[in-house]
Amino acid sequence: MTQSSANFVNIGERTNVTGSARFKKLILNDDYDAAVEVARQQVENGAQVIDVNMDEGLLDAEHAMTTFLKLIAAEPDIARVPVMIDSSKWDVIEAGLKCVSGKPIVNSISMKEGVDEFLDHARKCMAYGAAVVVMAFDEEGQADTQQRKIEICERAYKLLTGIGFPPEDIIFDCNIFAVATGIEEHANYGVDFIEAVKALSKSCPHVHFSGGLSNLSFSFRGNEPVRRAMHSVFLYHAIPAGLDMAIVNAGQLDIYDDIDPELREACEDVILNRTPEDGRDPTEHLIALAESYKGKSPEDEKKAAEWRGWEVQKRIEHALVKGIDQHIIDDTEEARVEIDQRGGKPIEVIEGPLMDGMNVVGDLFGSGKMFLPQVVKSARVMKKAVAHLFPYIEAEKDPNAKGKGTIIMATVKGDVHDIGKNIVGVVLQCNGFEVVDLGVMVPWSDILEAANENDADIIGLSGLITPSLDEMVTVAEEMERAEMSMPLLIGGATTSKVHTALRIEPKYSGPTIHVLDASRAVGVASNLVSQTQRDPFVEQTATDYENIRAAREGKGQSKLVSIEDARANGFEADMAKKPPAPAKPGLHVFDDWDLTELREYIDWTPFFRAWELAGTYPAILEDDVVGESARDLFADGQEMLDKIIEEKWLKPRAVAGLWKCRREGDDIVIEGERGETVMPMLRQQIGKRKGRANMCLADFIDTEDDWIGGFAVCAGHGIDEHIARFKAETDDYSDILLKALADRFAEAFAERMHEHVRKDLWGYAADEDLSNQDLIREKYSGIRPAPGYPACPDHSLKPLLFDLLGGGSGHNGPAGIELTESFAMWPTAAVSGLYFGHPQASYFGVARIDEDQLEEYAGRRNVDLETATRWLRPNLD
Amino acid sequence: MTSKAEQLRAAARERILVFDGGYGTAIQNHKLGEDDYRGDLDLSMDQKGNNDLLSLTQPKIIEGIHLDYLRAGADMVETNTFSGTRISMADYGCEHLVPDLNRKSAEIARRAADIAEEEDGRPRFVAGSIGPTNKTLSLSPDVEDPGFREINYDYLLGVYREQCDALIEGGVDFLLIETIFDTLNAKCAGMAAMEAEAASGREVPLMISMTLTDLSGRNLSGHTVEAFWHAVRHLNPITVGLNCSFGANQLRPHLASLAKESDALIMAYPNAGLPNDLGEYDEAPEETAELIGKWLDENLVNIVGGCCGTTPEHIAAIAKAVEGREPRPLPEVPVRTRLAGLEPFNMAA
Repeated sequence: MTQSSANFVNIGERTNVTGSARFKKLILNDDYDAAVEVARQQVENGAQVIDVNMDEGLLDAEHAMTTFLKLIAAEPDIARVPVMIDSSKWDVIEAGLKCVSGKPIVNSISMKEGVDEFLDHARKCMAYGAAVVVMAFDEEGQADTQQRKIEICERAYKLLTGIGFPPEDIIFDCNIFAVATGIEEHANYGVDFIEAVKALSKSCPHVHFSGGLSNLSFSFRGNEPVRRAMHSVFLYHAIPAGLDMAIVNAGQLDIYDDIDPELREACEDVILNRTPEDGRDPTEHLIALAESYKGKSPEDEKKAAEWRGWEVQKRIEHALVKGIDQHIIDDTEEARVEIDQRGGKPIEVIEGPLMDGMNVVGDLFGSGKMFLPQVVKSARVMKKAVAHLFPYIEAEKDPNAKGKGTIIMATVKGDVHDIGKNIVGVVLQCNGFEVVDLGVMVPWSDILEAANENDADIIGLSGLITPSLDEMVTVAEEMERAEMSMPLLIGGATTSKVHTALRIEPKYSGPTIHVLDASRAVGVASNLVSQTQRDPFVEQTATDYENIRAAREGKGQSKLVSIEDARANGFEADMAKKPPAPAKPGLHVFDDWDLTELREYIDWTPFFRAWELAGTYPAILEDDVVGESARDLFADGQEMLDKIIEEKWLKPRAVAGLWKCRREGDDIVIEGERGETVMPMLRQQIGKRKGRANMCLADFIDTEDDWIGGFAVCAGHGIDEHIARFKAETDDYSDILLKALADRFAEAFAERMHEHVRKDLWGYAADEDLSNQDLIREKYSGIRPAPGYPACPDHSLKPLLFDLLGGGSGHNGPAGIELTESFAMWPTAAVSGLYFGHPQASYFGVARIDEDQLEEYAGRRNVDLETATRWLRPNLD
Repeated sequence: MTSKAEQLRAAARERILVFDGGYGTAIQNHKLGEDDYRGDLDLSMDQKGNNDLLSLTQPKIIEGIHLDYLRAGADMVETNTFSGTRISMADYGCEHLVPDLNRKSAEIARRAADIAEEEDGRPRFVAGSIGPTNKTLSLSPDVEDPGFREINYDYLLGVYREQCDALIEGGVDFLLIETIFDTLNAKCAGMAAMEAEAASGREVPLMISMTLTDLSGRNLSGHTVEAFWHAVRHLNPITVGLNCSFGANQLRPHLASLAKESDALIMAYPNAGLPNDLGEYDEAPEETAELIGKWLDENLVNIVGGCCGTTPEHIAAIAKAVEGREPRPLPEVPVRTRLAGLEPFNMAA
């Protein structure tokens, strides 16, 4: 748990229009974005509380206060600290209190307008839950002398504790006034303050003391070094007296010991009202001395562009860590020339500065300080640099050179998904591995061949759809048969440690290891090529997997019931509620849906998940940990989205159909254009708690006179030429980004088409009016389960669905989608499924089924048991 | 006759008290249809799913659920008014029913509590449930415009005040601000409750319960449990705690930090574990009770119950588990200035 506790609290003063000319200008110009940045800098510079003040004649202070407070509430790295709501107008303070959660401080209330108003404000502060700064001010005016300060504060303390105000929530501001003004009466103000604080901390238990420091040095406006010195010296003496907070620019305090002794002593004389030994007037002395410090402005700002002035190695490292590709070719060239002049080789640019930079990136990524999108951007910078060096390196290539190791990567046969695999490839390359990427739909023979040809150290397999799991088993079996021994890595969305341990590892005697995500890939690969780490790592993993197998065997899983019993406990939908016949039955083809409209339907959360950023949109943009990465990624995504739409990169196509149907047992019989199609459905067999049904999609269909729909949408047409362009530019970041966006478009299209069906084509929800959030939360009536997903896990239903949707093979498939032999859809940015319109229809997972249903299903599907077993493998024990 | 607050404090010194469990599942089991929900009320929108309305249209069912929990061992039940604000009722076009609904719900819970008290002589308590509403004062629903808010403080204050007034009129002993995902909403509800209490002239202490949205222990508005406690401490609640969020297991560390900091009674009512892939809760009563047992070993709680997915069987199991166990002693908390942003900030004494 984060816990701050402090003896002295720095209150940030830069978000105060009366204290900062810059902040005032920003607020007057309505530039709240920049004003928020000022607050952020304050906190980054160590402010533990931020003071917000909008008291400026030209401003609607109430509006400015509430606007600003709401904006910083949305910034977790600002909002983590308490706010001090600062105004001389109570209305502004109260408006502020209504926008701030946590426990803030009110600055300030006083007895200036009498006791009644003072106590009224104090009661309100209690009701809102705020601590309060009490100014040493009463009906007579502001307290200047030590005596008046003590008198007023003690009176206020008594009144406040009398109405139950917690004493620890009282902070006295005893007025820091300007010294060294040349006016005799002002000379003792510093001492008055310090002595009053000392006395009050004894007479008023639990209270705190604050003060606005900038007043103190008011006479030295424009002379920053002297002001800073005065503030530091004042604090040095006031803190031991009891001052425990001050409104101060935390970035602009000098360390007491570092102040030039002559200046320090002059400040001390002024603040403590001492007469120096030589009898000079302390004020005149400080004024005289101050002249020599004028103009020495503090070294601040302009750090942003400073890195361009660094030496070239540092510049390259910076560009890699920050992912800035603007100057990388120039810098790489400069480094190459430099190395060349001292007789080095061009490869040294890679081995030296570039790899140093990538190592920093790797360390930051490994320790969770950097996230995937940034890493891929860094890789883009790296690739650009390497591409520039390539011709030079080729010219004098050393045939023996080899990196950390060579890894063959492939998406297995039947599967076309490669976003995850590409990410892993990039990350491995960043870490010094040579990656041979065989692409998608790669048969096992090609994988083995490439491994031999390239003398590979590791093979990495990827897949997203469930049939790929079987294909991976096949690759493992073939590797075993070929007597290979190199490690086999398994990754991709449907893969798991358990599946790898249970099904793949036993087939191959070489090391077989499941890799959860890209961030683990480097660690695993590095271990496998390490002389010392390899054996213990391989052994550890093997033991681990052995334990998983043992645990699975020993521990009985939840019991399955017989298919008869499951069916008897099926879901009983109320068929009185089934939707009416469609307004527009039959097939509907859409050849170029409007991308601009689809953009509104995008669900962004999975987009971030694709980049391994965990969290829900839009909250993820403000996340403490990944927020910054997410914001950058989102901005890049939006920028590309604009281009996709403007230049029409993608052409969304779709087919939707609505057909008569009926239920026969767990089969759905559909009357399509070309006769009847039997669509067999699977039923849950897990034993259920009382009152919960064993679900099957057929339960949502009536035994006669009912309707069902089907659809296929694709947003991937046109993507190839752009992917090719990015590949040519060695821009993996844009490549992955575009694919991820096309996937989002496909899902958005599925959402939009479903809505179109409900409101128009089928028309059972013509009056529906849902926001995108509601659509994402599936608040509508009806469902659209897809073959291969939990409610309908058999991918092999896709050909039946595609036939209903108009058939055609290859590019002539519905919506131009082609099915692979494992029933994956190509282009990948595609979604297909069935529409169930019954209001009680809901999603569920079929999960594990038993042999009895398998056998029966094989019969219903008209295939042999072996084929059915292959299709339903993920649902079988 | 001692006040209900005094009775509660006295009982909590002796033993660990039991709160009730989830209502959603219990209501679902009755398989009510649209007609059952709307009764003979003349309402324009569909009412199915408007569980709070059942206090008016199916009072016997609601009373039955209260009694099931009370007989299973609950010392306290909450009213069926989680969504009983003008804001939440707008979803069903039932804004005009808010006062009736809350008053009637309070009366139903009161009657059930009195029946149970009569049956076994053990004192029973009624907490008026005040949900978070589906609107937030701290967050913008529009990512393009982080300064935008759908509602403002004064409006929400009025909304909560209406509910609090009716609950107090209906006879609740306490006002329970629960499932707090937005700390500012809770502060606003707390202010409304204090004002309603003052207006009624009766002592109706507050109970406050935060909900966490991530395992690191923050609610949706971003506050850590300690920062949250600092933000609501001025409301002087009789209990503070956590509900919903996750199961008992995941709540434990956050409950521990709250238990250490707070000088109020600690009340916690977790879900029956985490939902499965289908959004259902599978945790069996004995499992929930066993997990709560770990809280007892560490002396973390004074009142325990259940939230989503828990049933009277869960509450019976919990009641059994807490029997004879040592309640959490109230810690002496030193006087400190305790401020908070999203994170707590303590000043040295």
